[in-house]
Amino acid sequence: MRYAMAVDTRKCVGCSDCVVACQTENNVPIGFCRDWITETVDGTYPNVEIELRSERCNHCDNSPCVRCCPTGASHIVEGGVVLVTHDECIGCGACIQSCPYDARYSHPDGYVDKCTFCMHRVEKGQKPACVDVCPTKCLYFGDLDDPNSDVSNALRNRKYKVLAPEAGTKPQIYFLT
Amino acid sequence: MNEELFVSGRNIPNIDPYLNIWHWQIPIYLFLGGLAAGILFFAGLFTILGKEKEMQTTVKWATFIVPGALVLGLIALFLDLKHQLYFWRLYTTIRFESPMSWGAWTLMFITPLSLVWVAAYMKDVIPGWRWKMKILDDFDAWINENRKPVAWVMIIFAVILGIYTGILLSAFNARPLWNNSILGPLFLVSGMSTGAATIMWMSKSHYERMVMGRIDLLLIAIELFLITHMIMGFLAGPSVQLEAANLFLGGQFTVSFWVFVIVLGLVFPALLEVLELVGYKVPVAVPAFLILLGGLVFRFIMVEAGQITRYLY
Amino acid sequence: MTKRRDFIKISALGLGGAAIATSGLNFAGSKLMATPQGGEKVKGTNLRRFPTYCEVCFWKCAGWTYVDDKDEIVKVIGNDEDPHCNGRLCPRGTGGPGMYNDKDRLKTPLIRVEKNGEQTFREATWDEALDYTAKRLKEVADKHGPECVALFNHGSGGKYFGDLLKAFGSDNIAAPSFAQCRGPRETAWIATYGEAVGSPEPTDIRDTKCLVLIGSHIGENMHNGQVQEMSDAIDKGATIITVDPRFSTAASKSKFWLPIKPATDIALLLAWIHVLIEEEIYNKEFVEQYTYGFDLLKKHVKNMTPEWAYGETTIKPDIIRKTAREMAQAAPAVIVHPGRHVTWYGDDTQRIRAVAILNALLGSWGSRGGFYMKESAHLPKPKLPPFPKPKRNWRDAYPGQYNLASLALSSGICDATIPSSNRDCSFKAWIVYGTNLPLTLPNINNTLNAISHLEFMVAIDTMPMEVTGYADVVLPECTYLERYDLIRTSPHREPYVALRMPAVEPKYDSKPGWWIAKKLADKMGLGDYFPYDDITELLDWQLKHIGSSLEEMKKIGVRKLERESGPLYFTKGEEIEFNTPSGKIELFSNELAAENFDGIPVYTKHPQPPQGFYRLIYGRAPMHTFSRTANNANLTDLMDENSVWVNPKVARLWDLKTGQKVWLKNQDDVVTTYPLKVRITERIRWDSVYMVHGFGHSKKELSRAFGKGANDTEMITKVMMDPIMGGTGMRGNFITFLTEKPEEVES
Ligand SMILES: Nc1nc2c(c(=O)[nH]1)N[C@H]1C(S)=C(S)[C@@H](COP(=O)(O)OP(=O)(O)OC[C@H]3O[C@@H](n4cnc5c(=O)[nH]c(N)nc54)[C@H](O)[C@@H]3O)O[C@H]1N2
Ligand SMILES: Nc1nc2c(c(=O)[nH]1)N[C@H]1C(S)=C(S)[C@@H](COP(=O)(O)OP(=O)(O)OC[C@H]3O[C@@H](n4cnc5c(=O)[nH]c(N)nc54)[C@H](O)[C@@H]3O)O[C@H]1N2
Ligand code: SF4
Ligand code: SF4
Ligand code: SF4
Ligand code: SF4
Ligand code: SF4
Ligand SMILES: [Mo]
Repeated sequence: MRYAMAVDTRKCVGCSDCVVACQTENNVPIGFCRDWITETVDGTYPNVEIELRSERCNHCDNSPCVRCCPTGASHIVEGGVVLVTHDECIGCGACIQSCPYDARYSHPDGYVDKCTFCMHRVEKGQKPACVDVCPTKCLYFGDLDDPNSDVSNALRNRKYKVLAPEAGTKPQIYFLT
Repeated sequence: MNEELFVSGRNIPNIDPYLNIWHWQIPIYLFLGGLAAGILFFAGLFTILGKEKEMQTTVKWATFIVPGALVLGLIALFLDLKHQLYFWRLYTTIRFESPMSWGAWTLMFITPLSLVWVAAYMKDVIPGWRWKMKILDDFDAWINENRKPVAWVMIIFAVILGIYTGILLSAFNARPLWNNSILGPLFLVSGMSTGAATIMWMSKSHYERMVMGRIDLLLIAIELFLITHMIMGFLAGPSVQLEAANLFLGGQFTVSFWVFVIVLGLVFPALLEVLELVGYKVPVAVPAFLILLGGLVFRFIMVEAGQITRYLY
Repeated sequence: MTKRRDFIKISALGLGGAAIATSGLNFAGSKLMATPQGGEKVKGTNLRRFPTYCEVCFWKCAGWTYVDDKDEIVKVIGNDEDPHCNGRLCPRGTGGPGMYNDKDRLKTPLIRVEKNGEQTFREATWDEALDYTAKRLKEVADKHGPECVALFNHGSGGKYFGDLLKAFGSDNIAAPSFAQCRGPRETAWIATYGEAVGSPEPTDIRDTKCLVLIGSHIGENMHNGQVQEMSDAIDKGATIITVDPRFSTAASKSKFWLPIKPATDIALLLAWIHVLIEEEIYNKEFVEQYTYGFDLLKKHVKNMTPEWAYGETTIKPDIIRKTAREMAQAAPAVIVHPGRHVTWYGDDTQRIRAVAILNALLGSWGSRGGFYMKESAHLPKPKLPPFPKPKRNWRDAYPGQYNLASLALSSGICDATIPSSNRDCSFKAWIVYGTNLPLTLPNINNTLNAISHLEFMVAIDTMPMEVTGYADVVLPECTYLERYDLIRTSPHREPYVALRMPAVEPKYDSKPGWWIAKKLADKMGLGDYFPYDDITELLDWQLKHIGSSLEEMKKIGVRKLERESGPLYFTKGEEIEFNTPSGKIELFSNELAAENFDGIPVYTKHPQPPQGFYRLIYGRAPMHTFSRTANNANLTDLMDENSVWVNPKVARLWDLKTGQKVWLKNQDDVVTTYPLKVRITERIRWDSVYMVHGFGHSKKELSRAFGKGANDTEMITKVMMDPIMGGTGMRGNFITFLTEKPEEVES
């Protein structure tokens, strides 16, 4: 099993609903976030292009954050999902330094937090909160090993890219272009 | 025109607009670790070479600084932790892939080892010193009889510690400035150099100062070579590394790096040491102090600048 | 023959006797307040959920409020059964808890008093505040007649205060959603199709083959159902054509983006019509059967070639032809979106008329993938005593003008509050419910001048917004998450009802709108118009009439009803009588002609910005609603200030840098109170700047919003009135940049 997410940048409108939904679902304190939206604008008026991306932890196959964690608080669970056990985390910040995507943050309570792929929901057969809320339905989540999963279907006939592949982390958030 | 922005207004404390989660604690920790590694290395080395007599400061007096430096370093590390109550979690597991983990374990061994090393010299400091317990006195005697094998262990740990202080940063692929094969050796050499400088400063023996001065000169030369290499490497590298190099070549760290690290921290003290070697009288405190300061500033700069460099945004 | 618009059967059934008998009496405050017990336990969590519909904007998505075991609201999630949201709220709806949790909320009734020669508010009990309000309103009525009291409202609770006002003897009930928003559209649509577009718009976007957006920035305009359906349309490969001087988010998703010179849209629309007719690619069958005035139209647009339009709009002729053909090819599954906030340049009714005509030529009205025939649920109304007949109303202030305005003009009432020799009575008291007038109405000085002439003003709001600062009495309403409101019956493909119920007790000393209005009515001796002790009685009674109940709705939140008005689309060849003078879709409008306006839209040139000035255009950010969310912590986290978008060429000219703060100054030398940051971007034309409306708050009590960004309304001092229906065109203002603090510039 390999959980992954695809983001259809052609449909995303950058509304940031996924960000608010994540905050209320996962009790992310105001001022922090587990996901965020970037906009890139290219070209010269009137030949302009925009790309909108909803970004979060890439649950990398080759995850430096897990390797560098001195306590094992950062770990990988079934499906390749990278999680942090809060009461094993000492807050050393090594994992934050190690993430090329700046996907982790230091929670005001001391431990390090980040996207969990909403495992507490996925375990119950639900989709992640951000996926479930997105008004444009441009987020696809599921098991890459299952050819019928939403994410496999989304990737099948479309071009896609990942962010900073040169960092060598084998990220698992795919951006449909 | 190209534009890139966070639509969702990301503004996480200490993460945006650029990383700043490691503050003064980490450079201090790295500096003290490197210094301690340097001193222990030379103490071990000259013990094994049988130069205890000629190099008294090296093998004996300077090492008295080490346990303190290590404990201070550990305190700095502890202060850096944001979830301090869980500190003990460091010692419930060993993670070989995590420099932090084996660094913590190395300190776990080398700190008591250095303590034992100096404790066994207590009798030289305070004549007539007696441990209150027989077993301690016996242990003291055992150490003093087996200085050489103990020195071997110490050298090994000192090298591990030294490399660790370098690797800690360079293991982070995500920070283009740190992510290069030279930073590790560079920090190791720089740590040795600060150790040598400390010994030089403390030593009253002309011979010892000369030996350490020569070693130090060599170390500085290696350091300059490595730094040149590192910058050349950046310039030949991908754009993120170019941006990293630019921090020192016109960017915001240019002055502090060239003035404090290169000129005042390396070139100038090297010059003074050469002058001393060819017979001029130079107060040894000056180059030693400059080397220590340069080493400290170097670590501050590298920790800070490294966090600014990133792959995205 | 089907008569559209006739199916509304108003059932005027009496409310059960017992309920009426207890009305008005013994209204004992909190005992009767509905308490939010129960709520459905959510399996596997410590949460309970309560149905609601969202009030962060007027799309009114139905959802569930989730409450934890400490009775804290943790999240609001869309109701899967609701067609407004399909289980997915927009960011503002998802951020709704931020409204409830806001520590800056109004907490207790306030009464204006004078203290040491200075006016301030003092806290008051509800009893005091309501007594005082009733007394002051009666004084105004005694002196000038009840017709001199007006209500401004925007939001669910407006209905209660509307009833109160009508009972009092005035029908001056205005909302900014008309003259500042969609009034021109509704007037144009009524003139063309005999009915208004209404909200939500009955655009069949999910099945369209071609969606044309003229300044509708869907995706930033986050009206939920449309955003969702536009995304479905993208998935299905529909062609999107966006006409916008700014590279809007929608433009970035479009096959064609037409970067039009602002204020020239009518030329483009007429040219499109020209192409459809000249190339004979319009929907002949539809036009023949349903429309009136085709020949006049054909003659009218004869010379309005794409080449002519190019000169006005800067859109290349071949693009105009190409896009017209795209529409024709997709027809009738094509939508030329009527827009929503359409009060731009004063000729807005005519512009939307052109849109309506274009749709008629394509045959999209009543077609799958075009516009569906909406239907809403009908609930019985309680039998109320007849309302007294007002002797005058706001129209008397504008003799012969704005006859085609179907609703009262908020700006009109505002203007008519300023005493003038040619009016025998101007307005003397305002009730303001849920609208932040100083930020909402253009020409702030005029608004404030009007307010200064009032003898009394009461504001019912949830937040200490600007408007409350001018009121004599401020009444704190609880947020939508803490109250019952009327059953939502807004139209859709099928009729639906949705329930809003409180999930928690009202915070602080705030009360629901219905309670405030009813209590006030009691104090004014108008209690008979509120024939219930608790609104739940009314809701239950209404729901039982449609075969549901409050009990049931508490569990399901949303219920779909059967359509009664026939199929969703016109059937082939179906004969239809439209509610227009000719009974047809009027390409030439008899109604407009009768009022001496052009029966077919005419293009007129509008002034363009002078040297050194730029047209101020404004719009929405997806994560905010006007000014109401500017202090919502969940949403300010995403965006806490607006910026002014400047083209790089302009930035170079003015030596501006991204992030630099500037003040804006308009053609009338008005300067923004606060500076705002520059965003240099290729997304905006060089003759315009863009900013998001709703920022630049001046009330210190708004701890997160105070002084953040700038207020576009301050720059809108020039208003281009729509002569047909009184809409306030707001995009004819030009600004320039001040890089230093204005005081220093002046001296
Ligand atoms: N400059 C400029 N002016 C504009 C527009 C523009 O884009 N630019 N847009 C126009 C358009 S399209 C519209 S529709 C109007 C909108 O105009 P308004 O509806 O006036 O918009 P808001 O600024 O959101 O003000 C809403 C007020 O209602 C209060 N409120 C929110 N929830 C509740 C509640 O539950 N109960 C009560 N009692 N009060 C509540 C808020 O605190 C706030 O004071 O503005 C128009 N005016
Ligand atoms: N997130 C969010 N969504 C909202 C609201 C909100 O407050 N927040 N409010 C809701 C309400 S009440 C309304 S009325 C709607 C309003 O939403 P819309 O009706 O979609 O938007 P407008 O404000 O009319 O138009 C804004 C767009 O018009 C473009 N524009 C400016 N001048 C011209 C011109 O001369 N010609 C053309 N073709 N385009 C021009 C601007 O660049 C901008 O992209 O949004 C609704 N949705
Ligand atoms: S909710 Fe969906 S459309 Fe909105 S920003 Fe997130 S991914 Fe994009
Ligand atoms: S994105 Fe960052 S935090 Fe997430 S798995 Fe990859 S390296 Fe770790
Ligand atoms: S901060 Fe926590 S999770 Fe991150 S590396 Fe340190 S202990 Fe591991
Ligand atoms: S998957 Fe869950 S935790 Fe991750 S960004 Fe989405 S909502 Fe947040
Ligand atoms: S569109 Fe958004 S703000 Fe408006 S009612 Fe729906 S969820 Fe609420
Ligand atoms: Mo509106």
